[in-house]
Amino acid sequence: MGGYTFSELGSIFVMQGFSGLSLFCVYLLMALGLAIIFGQMGVINMAHGEFLTMGAYTTYFMSKLAVDHFPALVGIYFPFAIILGFLIAFGMGYLLEVLLIRHLYKRPLDTLLATWGVSLVLQQVFRSAFGAREVSATLPAWLLGSVKPTETIDIPLNGLFMMGLTLVLSLLVFIFLFRSRWGLKVRATTQNRVMSGGVGINTKKVDRMTFAVGCGIAGVAGAVFTTIASTGPTTGSLYIVDTFLVVVFGGAASLVGTVASAFSIAQAQSVLEFFLTSSIAKVLTLLTVITVIMARPEGLFTIRVRK
Amino acid sequence: MTKGIGNTQKRFGNFIRGVVPAAILGALAAAYGADAKYPTAKVMTTGLAVTDNEVTVGILHSLTGTMAISETGSVEAEKLAIAQINESGGILGRKIKFIVEDGASDWPTFAEKARKLLVQDKVAAVMGCWTSASRKAVLPVFEKENGMLYYPTFYEGLEQSKNVIYTGQEATQQILAGLDWIAKEKKAKTFYLVGSDYIWPRTSMKIARKHIENVLHGTVVAEEFAPLGHTQFGSLINKIKLKKPDVVFAAVVGGSNVSWFKQLKAAGITADKQTLLTISVTEDEVLGIGGENLVGFYSSMKYFESLDNPNNKTFVPAFKKMWGPNSVIGDVTQAAYLGPWLWKLTVEKAGSFDVDKVAAASPGIELKTAPEGYVKLHENHHLWSKLRIGQWKADGQALVVYESGLIEPNPFPKGYQ
Repeated sequence: MGGYTFSELGSIFVMQGFSGLSLFCVYLLMALGLAIIFGQMGVINMAHGEFLTMGAYTTYFMSKLAVDHFPALVGIYFPFAIILGFLIAFGMGYLLEVLLIRHLYKRPLDTLLATWGVSLVLQQVFRSAFGAREVSATLPAWLLGSVKPTETIDIPLNGLFMMGLTLVLSLLVFIFLFRSRWGLKVRATTQNRVMSGGVGINTKKVDRMTFAVGCGIAGVAGAVFTTIASTGPTTGSLYIVDTFLVVVFGGAASLVGTVASAFSIAQAQSVLEFFLTSSIAKVLTLLTVITVIMARPEGLFTIRVRK
Repeated sequence: MTKGIGNTQKRFGNFIRGVVPAAILGALAAAYGADAKYPTAKVMTTGLAVTDNEVTVGILHSLTGTMAISETGSVEAEKLAIAQINESGGILGRKIKFIVEDGASDWPTFAEKARKLLVQDKVAAVMGCWTSASRKAVLPVFEKENGMLYYPTFYEGLEQSKNVIYTGQEATQQILAGLDWIAKEKKAKTFYLVGSDYIWPRTSMKIARKHIENVLHGTVVAEEFAPLGHTQFGSLINKIKLKKPDVVFAAVVGGSNVSWFKQLKAAGITADKQTLLTISVTEDEVLGIGGENLVGFYSSMKYFESLDNPNNKTFVPAFKKMWGPNSVIGDVTQAAYLGPWLWKLTVEKAGSFDVDKVAAASPGIELKTAPEGYVKLHENHHLWSKLRIGQWKADGQALVVYESGLIEPNPFPKGYQ
C-alpha cells in the first residue's frame, strides 16, 4: 500500500471511521425533527431548514452576547444556546402550525408549495435582519481542537460533542414518541385521526405540539451545526435535500429506519469520498438510494399495518 | 405612449437646460467652468443619461440571494468611490448619480437588469457583477447595447471584451506568482489541490497544475473538487493527512470555506504542521471563518486591508467612516472601489462619456491613488497589478509577507490551456 506504515494506515482507518460517524450524527440530527413532522404527521415541511437556521442564529447571538458583554460566560453559554435554540424554533413552529399548516392538512401538495414559500420568505427575513454575510459563533475552548489518543490520531472535539448530543436527543425523541402519553396520542392520531378524536384525544392540540417539537429539534440541530459550519440566511437550504433523503430512504414512519438510513448513507458517502472524490461519492450515494427506493417505495423500514 | 411623451418632455427639458442657457446666458454659463468647457452636446453623442450637471451610472450586484454575502462589500466600495468623486467636483463638471439594481444571485436576472440599465436608463457605465456566471450572462447584453462594465472580481481569465474593464486579477496574476513564492520559500515539491466544483476553481487548478508540473517541476499528488455548499470535509482531510503534501493549494468558496477551515483545525491540521495557500480567502471570508481557524495560513491576493501605504491609509478610514467600524475590506471590495475612479480618469482623458471613446481611451490609464498602489490599464482591458502573499493572524487581518512587482495581465496564457 504505497509506502505507508501500518500504524499510519491504522490511524487513518480510525479517523475515517470517526468522520463517517460524525457525518452520521449530522444526518441524524437533521432528520430527527423531520422524521416526526414528515414521518408521523405526513406534512412535507420545506421550511424545515429555516428552523435549523433559527437555532444557528440563536447560538451566534448568544455567543456574541457572551463575548461582548459577559466574557466570563464564553465557556458555558453553549448548552444554554442549544436550549434557547430549541425554544425559539419550537415557538416559531407552533406559530407556523396555527397560522398556516393546520389549514392544509388535507392538501399535502399545497403544503409543499406553501412551506417552500415560507422558507423563501424566512430566508429573506434572515438576510434583511442579520445581514447577508455568513457568520460564525465564537466557540468555547472545550469545543475546539482535538484529542490525541496516539501521536498520529486526531479526534475532533466538536465531533465527539455532536455524537454525545445526538445520542441524548435520539433517546429523548424515542421516549417522547414511544414511552410517553404524548407519544401515544401522536401515534394514535397519525394512525386514525377520527377514531382518536372519538376516544377523546384533542387531535388539533396533538398536531400543534408534534409540529412544534419537530421544529424545535431542528433548532437544536442548527445550534450544534455552528460547531462545524458557518451560519447564513441560506444555511438551512443546504441541508434540506439530504434531510428528506434520509427520512424517505429510512421509511417515513419509522424512527429506527431514520437511524439506519442516516447511518448507511453517511458511511457510504464517507467511504466513497475517501476512495473517490466528493462529487462522485455524492452521485453514487444518490444513485444507490434511488435504486433502493424504486425497489422499495416505502423505504427501508415500514410499520406493518393492516390495510 | 406615456413613455413617448416623457421622452419628448425630457428632450425639451434638455433643450431648455442645455441649449437655451448656452445661447442666451452664455456669459453666465462661463461661471460654471466645466459646463462651458464640456457642453453636453460635445461630451455625449449617443443618447446616454448625461445632463449639464449630472451623469447616471448603474450599480448591478446581488443584494439578495446567496451571493449577497460577497457582493455587499463591492456595492459599498462603489458607493464610496462615487461619493468621493462627487465631493471632489465630479466628472467633467457633472455629479454622478447612480441607479442600483439587484441581480438577486440569479444569472438571467442579471442579464435582464443589465438590459434595463442600458436601454431604459441609458446609464453611461455600470459597476457590477461578481461571479463569472453573472458576467457571462450580461456580456452579450453589454456587447449588443454597447455599454461599459467595470467588473471587480479576480476570475479565471480567458475573456476580453471592448465593453468590459476587469479591475480584479485574472488567473495568472493571482496563481503563478503565488505558487512561485511558496515553492521557493517553503521548498515545496508536492502539492494537494482542493477546490469547489465550478468554473473558477476548475480553471484555476488547471493553470496551477500546468505551472507546478512544467515550470516548478513539482508533483500534484491529488486534485479534488467538493460540491458547492459541501460542509463535511472529514474524508478529504484524512486523505491530505495520508498524502502529506508540502503545500495544500485551496480554492474553496462560500459556506463550504468555513467548514473546510474549521474542520482542518479540528483535525489537527494547523499552520505549524501544514503549509496552506489559498486563493479564495479575503478579509470578508475571514469574518465568517474566524481568524483563529486560519492563523498562519497564506492567501494570495493583490490587496489586503493591512497594506501599509499612504493611499490605503486614507482609504480604510474613509470606508469605515461610511460603512461602520466593524466593516472589513477584502480584495474584491478594493477592486470594486477602483471602477468609478478608473472610469472618471478615462472619461476625462477621452473628453467624452461615449462608450466607444471611453473603451478606446482605456489602455494606458494610470491610477496613482489606488489603495493597492499604482495600477495601470492594459490594452487587454485588465489591470497591471502586484501580487501579495498575506499570512493570517487571529484578529482576522493579514501580515503581508511578500509583494511582487507589477505583473502584466495575460488573460489568454499560452501553454496553460
